[in-house]
Amino acid sequence: MLYKTISKHNFRLMIEGLMEDNEVFGPKWRDLDMEGKKVYRFLKLNEFDELQMDYTRTYSSPKNFFLPFKETLATYNLVDTDWDQDIRYTVHPRVIVGMRACDINALRKLDEVMVKSAFPNPYYIARRRNTLIIGLDHEPLEDCFCRSVDADVVFKGFDVFLTDIDEKFFVAIGSDTGYRIIESYGGEEVTEADQDAYKTVKKQIESKFKTQVDVTIVPELMDLEFESEVWKKWGDKCMSCGSCAMVCPTCYCYGVEESVELNFSQATKQRFLYSCNLVDFAAVAGDHNFRPESHVRLKYRYYHQFRGFVEAFNQSLCVGCNRCGAACLAGINPKAVIDDLNETEKR
Amino acid sequence: MTLKIPRYEINREPFMTEAPDFNRKSKLLQTERAHKARIIAAIPLTSEEKLFQIQILDPKERDKFTFLPGQFVMLELPGCGEIAISISGSSSNRDFIELCIRKVGTVTNMMHRLEAGAMVGIRGPFGTHFPMQKMNGSNVLLIAGGLGIVPLRSSIFWVNEHRPDFQDVTILYGARDSSQLLFDYQYEEWQKIYGLNMLTIVEQPDEKWDGPVGMITQLFAEVPIDPDDTFAIVCGPPVMFKFVCAHLSDLGLPRQRMFVSLERRMHCGMGKCCRCNVGSTFTCLDGPVFDYWSVMNLQEAI
Repeated sequence: MLYKTISKHNFRLMIEGLMEDNEVFGPKWRDLDMEGKKVYRFLKLNEFDELQMDYTRTYSSPKNFFLPFKETLATYNLVDTDWDQDIRYTVHPRVIVGMRACDINALRKLDEVMVKSAFPNPYYIARRRNTLIIGLDHEPLEDCFCRSVDADVVFKGFDVFLTDIDEKFFVAIGSDTGYRIIESYGGEEVTEADQDAYKTVKKQIESKFKTQVDVTIVPELMDLEFESEVWKKWGDKCMSCGSCAMVCPTCYCYGVEESVELNFSQATKQRFLYSCNLVDFAAVAGDHNFRPESHVRLKYRYYHQFRGFVEAFNQSLCVGCNRCGAACLAGINPKAVIDDLNETEKR
Repeated sequence: MTLKIPRYEINREPFMTEAPDFNRKSKLLQTERAHKARIIAAIPLTSEEKLFQIQILDPKERDKFTFLPGQFVMLELPGCGEIAISISGSSSNRDFIELCIRKVGTVTNMMHRLEAGAMVGIRGPFGTHFPMQKMNGSNVLLIAGGLGIVPLRSSIFWVNEHRPDFQDVTILYGARDSSQLLFDYQYEEWQKIYGLNMLTIVEQPDEKWDGPVGMITQLFAEVPIDPDDTFAIVCGPPVMFKFVCAHLSDLGLPRQRMFVSLERRMHCGMGKCCRCNVGSTFTCLDGPVFDYWSVMNLQEAI
């Protein structure tokens, strides 16, 4: 890995330069929640000052730049009983500024499924390769537990990753494009003082984690405690709304729907993100549902994250951002569920 | 100073001009590109099931399409939907694909309304297959309940086409009543020509039925099974797996030599949509064919 530093003034010029020729997205303040806290979202930046470098957490995750809520997979021209299919993967290059380490690690987990596994997904690959990622370190929030699931540090999956060391940013460079933009905007060699400052900041970040989740034997517990009352306790609260999966940076399951235009001469095949908590997730034709109960569906959300994905890719799918916990209308959060699984008396 | 991010134009890559070969699953393919295929015959079998013979239009794509018994395809009716259907024909039939379809949902009902000549989409083949070659030299038990005969029929064809490779081959087939017995026009051929031993049983006899009555496990009393040298393939409703596989296990048949085919709703067939999730894995990639030991390790598989 190559490291440089860039002054904050030059960083501003760099983002402005990128905005001139590319679409640039970053965290913007959009709203206030019920407690009066700022609600952030990754949106298109029109000027540098819209970029909220000190944002806490976006409500939904940047995964939707790569897996949109709705995406056209194919279109059809229909003529009598015949048809023609059209498929395009057209994506325009874009820049995302301010992604957290956990969100970049989330993308790397999605890469395992969408790029490195059987049947690489061309729609995802086109989006991934046409997106320049500028990551940004931050001090953990009260409920961040990325450190517990090894997602607090990132070494790959970005073009540039910034750590604020006062007057300048310490920059990890992850790609040639990243290298070129940093060079073009006055990137400097790392001095010993920079290195010390970086070390101090990283130590400080590390010391500020308040929430810990013990995942040591969670994959085993998923089988050993499959019939546990914990699932009913939390699952019976679940309203099966699917919010957790919508805001999750790694949930990728989807449904496919086809529709015909009113003129009966065009049709579309669309993918829309789904959630394993929705009541018809495992429903089949003939009125059979493999998972009719909400607690079974909730259990399988955890089962996939902490057991299925571990078996397939030697890592959990969860990156510890707690977006699902923050979004849940019923107050279900991963820390509480996993703590209960770990505690003998609560099982 | 400005900087334009270099564009990666995936639409110019060679895979865009090639028809996907779904057997090369590590390659970048146009995953949603369906082989256009024509229904060449729609044959009613019962009031609910039809056998469709479907031919991939492009001779080159047809030539590339090869499958093994137990695998499935995604059948698409553009504008209506796409469903997973197991292949019911012979893997040596390189001319057309046979799909036996019960009308039960949106797409299957629409499919039943289509006649010969209509164009459908086929993606696949997908999933694991029955390891027929591993069974060489052994006895084979083919056990089907209800619609389970549909995926099993590919294995029956395989056994016939490689008959000297196997010792005794027995088909046990159970259905609700005699009108539900599928492919009954072939039973005589399977027994006389293929040299298979076949026993059928129904739960609800009618005046036409003079065979045994009851659950499929009753047929075991009439079949000698050598647990040291037998493979079993079991297709049917999940509840049947439990009883049949428990019985075979009691006889001493190793669980790795019993194969079942699981069915779930699928939206992609390629391990991406997660809809066919079973236990720690997906039915489309690690299944639909699993050995029974694997099934025992998958939560809520049956």
